[in-house]
Amino acid sequence: MIAPSDLTFVAALCLARAGLKVNTDKAYLIDSRLAPVARREGYDSPEDFITALRNRGDARQAWAAVEAMVLPEPEFFRDRALFDALADRVMPDLAHARGGEPVRVWSAACGTGQEVYSLAMRLAEAPALAGQVDLFASDLSERSLEKAQAGLYSQFEVQRGLSARNLVRHFEKSGEAFVLSPRIRQMVRWRRVNLMDDLTRLGQFDLLLCRGLLGQLAPEAREKVLAQLQGALAPGGRLVLGLKDVAGDRFDRLAPELGLHGAPGEAVRSAA
Amino acid sequence: MKTCLVVDDSRVIRKVSRRILEDLGFEVAEASDGVEAMAWCSAVMPDAILLDWRMPAMDGMEFLRRLRAEPGGARPKVIFCTVENEIDQIREALDAGADEFIMKPFDGGIVAGKLAYLGVAA
Repeated sequence: MIAPSDLTFVAALCLARAGLKVNTDKAYLIDSRLAPVARREGYDSPEDFITALRNRGDARQAWAAVEAMVLPEPEFFRDRALFDALADRVMPDLAHARGGEPVRVWSAACGTGQEVYSLAMRLAEAPALAGQVDLFASDLSERSLEKAQAGLYSQFEVQRGLSARNLVRHFEKSGEAFVLSPRIRQMVRWRRVNLMDDLTRLGQFDLLLCRGLLGQLAPEAREKVLAQLQGALAPGGRLVLGLKDVAGDRFDRLAPELGLHGAPGEAVRSAA
Repeated sequence: MKTCLVVDDSRVIRKVSRRILEDLGFEVAEASDGVEAMAWCSAVMPDAILLDWRMPAMDGMEFLRRLRAEPGGARPKVIFCTVENEIDQIREALDAGADEFIMKPFDGGIVAGKLAYLGVAA
C-alpha cells in the first residue's frame, strides 16, 4: 500500500493542478488508479511512480497522475434516489406510454457496468416491468466492457453502494472476487460505442443515462455529445445526466435533484 | 450527536474505525469483545454498532443475538465489520438480525456509504 505521506503528496498535486479533492482515506482507490499509469510510464509500482514524481517533477507525468484521479469512482446505485424514481415512476410511466412496446433503456458511457446493473437489480424486483424493458449499455473502452460483461467485481467494488442484501441476493463468490448472477447479467446487451460517432444505427431510446461523462469533456465535445443524445432520445423520452452536468437549451430539466431531463417544451405540454 | 459503538478485539481496528466515525460526526465508544459491548448497551443503547465477528469471550454473532433480545435492542443499526467474506456468512449475519455487512479491509467511503444507506447520519 502507498505510504500516507505519498497519499498526501498525490492529493496536494491533484488539488493544485485541477482543484480536485482526493480523499486520502481511500488508499486502495489511489493505488488502483495510479497502478496502470505507473505501469504505462515504466515503473514497477505506484510507489516508485510517486517517488519519481516527487524527485523529478516531470510535468507530463504529473498530469497523467492527476487525470487518472479525475475519473469518477464507480459505485452501484450512485444517487440512490434516482434508481428509486426510475423504477417506481419513470420506467412504469414510459412503459404505459409505449402501450406494450418495449421501453428501450441505454446506459451510455457505462464504464464497468455498475449503473446498468443497478437498474437491472431494481427491475428484477418488478418482473412485470422488467418484461417490458430492454437494457442496453455501451462504453468507449473495450476493457471496461469486458469487465462489465463478466460481472466480476472486487471485494472493494461490491461494497460501494451495494447493500449486503443485494450482494447476497445477486452475487456468488468467485475466488477473491464476486460475480453477478447470470440472471441479472443476461438482462443487459452491450456494445462498444464512441459517442462522437454517428449514432443513428443504434435507433432511439426512451430512457438514456449519461451521468459520468460530460464533465470530463472539452466544451465542443460536450456540445456534440449532447446533440447526439438529443437525436437518440425517442419522443417523450427521458435523459438522465450527472447532477452537476448542464444540458443547455437542448433539454428541459424536469427534476434537477435527479438529473432528469426531457425534450424542450414537453413538460409544459404534458402538464397542460 | 449520534453514537456508534465499535466492537473489535484489535486496538488498531478500533482506532481506525474511531477516526472514520469521528470524521463523520459520530460520538464513538469502544468495546474489545461482546461482553464489554453488552455492558455498554445495557447502560445506553447506541445508534449504530460496528461489530467484529471473531472475538474472545463473546463473539459478534452471540452478541448480536443477545442484543436483539434486550429491551430496546432492536433499535441500534448493527453493521458487521469482519474478515469473513463468504456469501453464506453474510447471509447468516443478516438472518441473525444484522443490518449491514462490511468486509475487511475497509475504508471511510465504505463505512460512510453503509451508514447513509441505513439512514444513520450523524
